Amino acid sequence: MKTNPPKLFLRFFRWFCHPKLRDSIEGDLIELYKERKNERGESSADFKFIADVLLLFRPSIIRPAEGYQQLNTYGMYKSYFKIGWRNLVKNKGYSFINIGGLAMGMAVALLISLWVYDELSFNKYHENHGTLAQVYRSLIWGGEKYASTSHVTGLGTLLKTEYGSHFKNVAMVRGGTEERVVAFGENKFTQSGYFMQTEGAEMLTLNMIQGTWQGLKEMKSIFLSESLAKKLFGDADPINQVVMMDAKWDLKVTGVYEDLPNNSTFNDASYFAPLDLYIDGWGSLDAWDNYFVYIFVQLFPNGDFEKTSEIIKDVMTAHVDEETLQSKPEVFLHPMSQWHLNAEFKNGELVPSKRMMSVWYYSAIGIFVLLLACINFMNLSTARSEKRAKEVGIRKSIGSLRSQLIQQFFGETLLVAMIAAIISLLVVQLSLPWFNDVSDKNISLPITNPVFWLGVVGFTLFTGLLAGSYPALYLSSFNAIKVLKGTFKAGAFAMIPRRVLVVVQFTVSITLTIGTIIVYQQIQFAKNRPVGYSRNNLLGMRAASPEYKGQYHALRNELKNTGAVEEIAEANYSIIDTRGNNGGFSWHDKKYDATFNTIFVTHEYGKAIGWEFVDGRDFSREFASDLSGIIINESALEILGIENPVGESINWSPSDNRGDYKILGVVKDMVKGSPYEPTNPSIIFLSENDMQWLYIKMKPTASAHEALPKIRSVLASIVPSAPFDYTFADEAYGAKFRAEERIGKLATLFSGLALLISCLGLFGLASFMVEQRTKEIGIRKIMGASVTSLWKMLSKDFVVLVLVSCGLAIPISFYFMNSWLGQYEYRTTISWNVFAITGIGALVITLLTVSFQAIKAALMNPVKSLRSE
Amino acid sequence: MKKYQLGEFEEVVMLTVGVLYKDAYGVSIKKEIESRLTRKVSVGALQSALKRLEDKGYLKSFEGEATEERAGRPKKYFQITALGKRAMEYSKSTRDELWSAIPKVAWGTKIVVG
Repeated sequence: MKTNPPKLFLRFFRWFCHPKLRDSIEGDLIELYKERKNERGESSADFKFIADVLLLFRPSIIRPAEGYQQLNTYGMYKSYFKIGWRNLVKNKGYSFINIGGLAMGMAVALLISLWVYDELSFNKYHENHGTLAQVYRSLIWGGEKYASTSHVTGLGTLLKTEYGSHFKNVAMVRGGTEERVVAFGENKFTQSGYFMQTEGAEMLTLNMIQGTWQGLKEMKSIFLSESLAKKLFGDADPINQVVMMDAKWDLKVTGVYEDLPNNSTFNDASYFAPLDLYIDGWGSLDAWDNYFVYIFVQLFPNGDFEKTSEIIKDVMTAHVDEETLQSKPEVFLHPMSQWHLNAEFKNGELVPSKRMMSVWYYSAIGIFVLLLACINFMNLSTARSEKRAKEVGIRKSIGSLRSQLIQQFFGETLLVAMIAAIISLLVVQLSLPWFNDVSDKNISLPITNPVFWLGVVGFTLFTGLLAGSYPALYLSSFNAIKVLKGTFKAGAFAMIPRRVLVVVQFTVSITLTIGTIIVYQQIQFAKNRPVGYSRNNLLGMRAASPEYKGQYHALRNELKNTGAVEEIAEANYSIIDTRGNNGGFSWHDKKYDATFNTIFVTHEYGKAIGWEFVDGRDFSREFASDLSGIIINESALEILGIENPVGESINWSPSDNRGDYKILGVVKDMVKGSPYEPTNPSIIFLSENDMQWLYIKMKPTASAHEALPKIRSVLASIVPSAPFDYTFADEAYGAKFRAEERIGKLATLFSGLALLISCLGLFGLASFMVEQRTKEIGIRKIMGASVTSLWKMLSKDFVVLVLVSCGLAIPISFYFMNSWLGQYEYRTTISWNVFAITGIGALVITLLTVSFQAIKAALMNPVKSLRSE
Repeated sequence: MKKYQLGEFEEVVMLTVGVLYKDAYGVSIKKEIESRLTRKVSVGALQSALKRLEDKGYLKSFEGEATEERAGRPKKYFQITALGKRAMEYSKSTRDELWSAIPKVAWGTKIVVG
C-alpha cells in the first residue's frame, strides 16, 4: 500500500519552506495525510495534502531568498577583502609603494610577454606555416661546412618534377628582395619585392584583396601590396592597370594583397613579380651553374621535414660538375616555424641563434623584474607584520585555523595584485606606441582575445600567490599567546629572510645595470671603429633606370658644375654591403682558396668615398692600362702574402681565365658589412660599364639643403624617369647599429625600472625601520647622540646589504656579459671601471634612499617621539 | 499604543495551546480548534500564526519525539511563555472590562425578544 503523499508537492514544500520549520511541519503534513487516507481514501488525502501545501506557501513560511542556510565561508571572504582594503587605505604610503612597484613589475612582464609572443608567433600569418620549408644546402669549403640558401634553378625544377610526390608545392624565388623602381605615370617609387614563381602566392597564402593567387602566371604581371597600390593609384582601381618597372618593363597589375604583417619574413616585400620576368632573356629554369634563387617547398599535411630532407639529400650529385661535387652539396629542409628564431648555422649545424638568445634574455629579465616587485611586496608585508601580529593573535584565539589565516593573507595580496594588474594594463596600453618604436614591432594589446584575458587573470593569480606566499606563511605562524601577551618580537632571526630578499633585489638590479652599460660600451666601441673611408656628405642611390646608360660623364660634369658636388662615382655594389664574393685568384704558382669581395668601380670611386692608401696609388684616367689594374685592401694583402704588392700581377680565373691584374695600390680596410665583424678581404676592379650604385660626394662647404635641390635638378634633366631616391651613407651605416641600440634602449628601460623598484622597496623598508625605532632614536638623542651618528647607525645596515649585492652581481654580470660579447668578433673589453662605477652608483642611490628617512628620523624632536604611550 | 498585539486567531491558537498543555503540536492544535470551534483550520494558517507568536515571544517550542506515522519527522511542541500569558490576560481583561462596561439596558431588547 502506498503511504506517501504526492512526491512533487512534498518536494515543492521542502524547497520553499524555511529550513527551521521544515521538519516539524513536514511531520504534521504526513501525520495528517495518513489519518485522512485511513478515513477517506487516498485521492481525498492527496487532494487535501496538495491544498495544505499550497496554503503553506505564504511569506512567513517561505524561507528568505538568500544568505540563510548557505553554509560556506562567503562572509568570511568578504571580511578578508574588507580588512585588506582598510589596511591599504590606512597605510597609503606603503600601499602606493606596494601597488606601484607591483604594477610596474607586471607592466614590464606584460610588455615582455607580448614581445616574446610576437617573436614566437613569427610567420604564423601564413596559413601553411606548419608545412612550409626553405631548402638549404650544406657545402664543405675550405675545410669548413657552410649552409646556404642560394640555389640553382635546376634544383627547384628537379624537386618540382621528379620529387613532386613529396611536395604539395615548390616555388623558386629570386634570392633576396630586389629593389626596383615601380612607376605609374608621374608616381615613381623605389620598392623592394620578390620575383617568384606562380605557386608562391598560394604557398604564402597571400590575402588577395583583388585578383587571384594565379595572377602571376603571365610573365608581364605583378602583384602590389595594398599600401603600394594606394601610393600608385590613390583611390582608383589598380587591377589591369599597367605599371612600369625600372623604366623597361610594362607590367599588368593582376592582384593586390593585404600588406604582410611585421612578423612575417616576407614583410619587406611591397610587390611580387614573376620569376620568369627576372630571368627573361638571360637565364633558364634548368640551369645548374648559377646560384641565385631561394627554393620554398610545401609538404603535404602528413609530411615530415626530416624524412623528406633525407630523401632529397643527394639530389644534386647527378647534375653538378666535378668541382662543385667536391664541396659535397647536401640538400635539406628548414621548416618555416624555425626561420625566425632558429636559423643560424655553424659548421652546417643549427646553433642557438642570437634572436632565440634575446628571447631568453628578455624573458629572464621580465621574470626578474616581476620577481623584484614581488620581493618588495613580501618585504613590506613582513616588515609590517608586527603591526598586524595582534590581529593574527586575536583571530587565532577566536578560533581561526592557520589555513584560514593563510587564506586571508593570500586574499589581501590578490586584492593588491588585482589593482596592480589593472594599473599595469593601463600603463602597457599607454606605453605600447613608444615600446613598438623602440623594439621595431607592431604589437597591440589583444583585448578581444579571450586567451589573453585568461593569461592576464592567470598572471595576476600567479603574481598574487608568489608575492603573498611568504607573508601568508610567515604571519600565520605567529604564536597567539605570545603575541597577545606582548612578548612577541620579530627578533633578529626574522630579519634574515628580509635581508636575503634585499640582497637578491639589488643583485639583480646591479647585474642589469652593469649589463646595460656594457651593451652601450660595445655599441660605442663599434661606432668609433675606423671604417677606412669617409661617409660624410656622401649620397648613395641606385642608378636603376636605363636612362643612366652612357650618361656617366655627362652626369659627372653637370653635377660638378653645380659647385655643390665634389665627385661622383659608380660601383656595382653598395658601399655598406658585402655582396659579390669570388674565388679563383692566384699569384705566380700560388693558388688561393679564399674568396675575395670583388667590387667594380669607376675611376673616381676612391675620391668620392675618400679611401686611405697604405701603399701605391689610386686609379687614374691618365693610364689606360689601369683598366687591368686592381686595388686591394689590407686584409686581402694579408691573405695574398706578397711582400711588395704594388706592381705585382695576380691572375683571376673563377671558371674562365679573366686575365692578369696588376696591383696598383693598397688601401685600409673598409667596414662595409657588420661593424662587429672583421672586414672582408677585398679586391677592387676598374670598370667603365654602367653600374648599379651611384655615389655623390657633396662638398663639405655646401650644406645638404642647398646641395640637394641642385643635384635633383641635374638628375631631373639628364635622367628624368629615375626617382631621386637617395640615402646618406652615414645614415645607412648607422642602421647597422639598430639591433644593438634596440637592446641597449630596452636594457636601459628594464634595468632602470628594476633599480627603481628596488629603491622603492628599500625606501619603504627604511621608513618602516625608522618608525619602529622611533623610541630608540628618541632616547639616543636625549643621551646625546648626534644627527650624524644616528644617520650612520640607520644607514649602515642597508649599505652592508648593497655591498654584498655588489659582490654577487659583479661576477654574475661579468660571466654573462663576457659570453654576450663573445658573439662579436670586434668587441670591447670589460674594464673594472664599469663595476666600480656601478657599485658606487648603487651605494649612492641606496644612501640617498635611506638617508631621506634616516635624517628625517634623526632630526625628530625626541619629546614628540617619546611622549606617546 | 497597544501593549500586547494579539489577533483573534492568534488568541484562539494561544488558548488552544494552553488547553492542550503538554500535548500542543501542529496536528493536535489544528484538531482541537476544529473540534471545539467547528471551524476549518488550514495547516498554512496555523503554522504561520504559530511562527508569528513564537517570533513575538508568546510561545516557545521544543522538538519532541519522532514517530513512525510522521515518517521520522520530529513533533514541535509549543508552550505559552510568561509574556504570552500576560498578553492573554491583558486581552481577557480588556474584554472583561468592555463586557462589564456594557449597560444592562443594552441587553434589554434582546431579553424581551429572547
